[in-house]
Amino acid sequence: MSPETILKLSGVTKRFGGVQALTEVDVEIHRGDILGVIGPNGSGKTTLVNCITGFVTPDAGQVSFQGRDITGWQPHKIADLGLTRTFQVMRPYYSLPAYKNLIVPLFSRRARRTGGWRGGGRMGDRNTVAVDILEEIGFERDSYVPYKAASSLPTGYLKRLELARCLALRPDLIICDEVFSGLSMSEMASMLPLMEKLRQEGVTLIMVEHRLRELFSLANRVMVLNFGAKVCEGGSEEVMANEEVKRAYFGSEEVFEYV
Amino acid sequence: MEAVLESRRKERLDRGIKVRTDGIYAVSSWREIAYLVLPRLLLIGGLLMMPLLLSQAPYWQRVISIVCIYSLLAISFDFLAHFVGLVSLGGALYIGVGAYIAALLNTHFGLPSWITVPLATILGGGLCTLLLWPCLPLRGVYFAIVSLMFPLLVARIIEALDIFGGTDGVLGVDGFSSKWVEMYVLIAVVLLILFGLRRLVNEDLGLVFRGVKDNDQAVKASGIDVITIKALGVFIASAMGCLGGAMLSHLYMWAGLSQFALDFSIIPIAATVVGGGGTLAGPVIGCLILVPISELLRDFGTLRIAVYALILCGFIVFKSEGLMVYGSRKYQQFERWVQI
Repeated sequence: MSPETILKLSGVTKRFGGVQALTEVDVEIHRGDILGVIGPNGSGKTTLVNCITGFVTPDAGQVSFQGRDITGWQPHKIADLGLTRTFQVMRPYYSLPAYKNLIVPLFSRRARRTGGWRGGGRMGDRNTVAVDILEEIGFERDSYVPYKAASSLPTGYLKRLELARCLALRPDLIICDEVFSGLSMSEMASMLPLMEKLRQEGVTLIMVEHRLRELFSLANRVMVLNFGAKVCEGGSEEVMANEEVKRAYFGSEEVFEYV
Repeated sequence: MEAVLESRRKERLDRGIKVRTDGIYAVSSWREIAYLVLPRLLLIGGLLMMPLLLSQAPYWQRVISIVCIYSLLAISFDFLAHFVGLVSLGGALYIGVGAYIAALLNTHFGLPSWITVPLATILGGGLCTLLLWPCLPLRGVYFAIVSLMFPLLVARIIEALDIFGGTDGVLGVDGFSSKWVEMYVLIAVVLLILFGLRRLVNEDLGLVFRGVKDNDQAVKASGIDVITIKALGVFIASAMGCLGGAMLSHLYMWAGLSQFALDFSIIPIAATVVGGGGTLAGPVIGCLILVPISELLRDFGTLRIAVYALILCGFIVFKSEGLMVYGSRKYQQFERWVQI
């Protein structure tokens, strides 16, 4: 049996004024996959995320999620279907304590329908569910951390809070926009098993990353973008060996001669 | 001298009693209960006593009603600005729409004031929300400008088309049965809305409002329609303003173009600055100070505005946090100098 396709992009194109941000990107993601998206700065990774999640409407092409064409849908409707994202620039709801940040997604229609992460139907007290989710994702329940103001949390916890905000919707697919960047080695060490756990629980992940080593250890497929176009796609070794990828990251040899 | 100043700094710590009254343990002793209840009782009791204290001065009793109407607008401004993230300059729109709806319902259909006021609140809130709906996606100063434009626009339309009595306004609106009813209904409404909203902003729906203010992108990514939430916030705020407007038209027994005057947009903001934004109770305190001052300054004639502006400038320069923020800090925390 061939694996079920959960997200399919065909010919997604976006132009900002004179800048060609994305050029005919095609990609297909199966349920349970971890797809890594890499590329140099300005290669269109975040624009791709924005196009999929509805924050930006593509100029051409089609995005379909679970067999439904979601091109040009509003972000909240896409999230309601179970496709959520984290943001590269973390902006929690600063005025609220960490666990109260999760009340917002738990208030959504989708969370009420699904009962939140592991809610299983009816949701009880939202505060309890919120602390449960935070514990799951590595906030020590009995410490003061979940109750601290979100504005005073360190980066590692903020990244987790972003993920927790997605998990509260009980999503089918999460797009992580650079959840690894800015983490210390120890924070990273606890983050990797978390992502693996999510995958085992049936969540499909798209990870946009700059930390290649960690990404290659997780992802079963990697897509490389450069100047808004797909350079190549495949397993980790295949991508590492690709000449064009090397050129995109390190420049061509001719350039080196002039430097 | 400088060395002395630099070697120490002020440290603020929560008072023991403040910490003890945070949780359920507050009910453990009368002292703790009093600590929580007294400031609230002071406001409630003070407002309820005021009409009685001023029973010898009918002019000032009318001022109480005006204070309450401005308080409604100021609370609604504070709620929208500090909990939903929309800076609304549409106070005049809310008052005008509420006043005209109540006046028309009363004069055309003969409905009594206890029906026109609730109807004007709901219908007016709905109408204002509909008018502002197209600019809800706008953020920052753009929403403020559009909401400022609407009261001017509606007043000009009424004038130009000569509808609803044109420049004369709607005459012959019923007054209240007595001034006591008028004052106590308004005071009760202000208190109910004040404590109701203070509760709402800490409920789950209130947290979503605050989420929209902090980061509307994350709210969208959480599967919640930001426009609907903003519209709900605008409805709550504009309904409060329309309630004030409806009361005003029954108070003056008249609805007219001057109820779209910009005073209704500006004074609530000034009151929020004086009282302290983000506290909801602060704007009420601000109105209790500013509106009577504005009445007292009538003796100065046109200089009134100048004196008024000076008072505002003083507040902004010397106590920009506002009275309520300052007061609750002093109430909840003590300060001490510590050596660095």
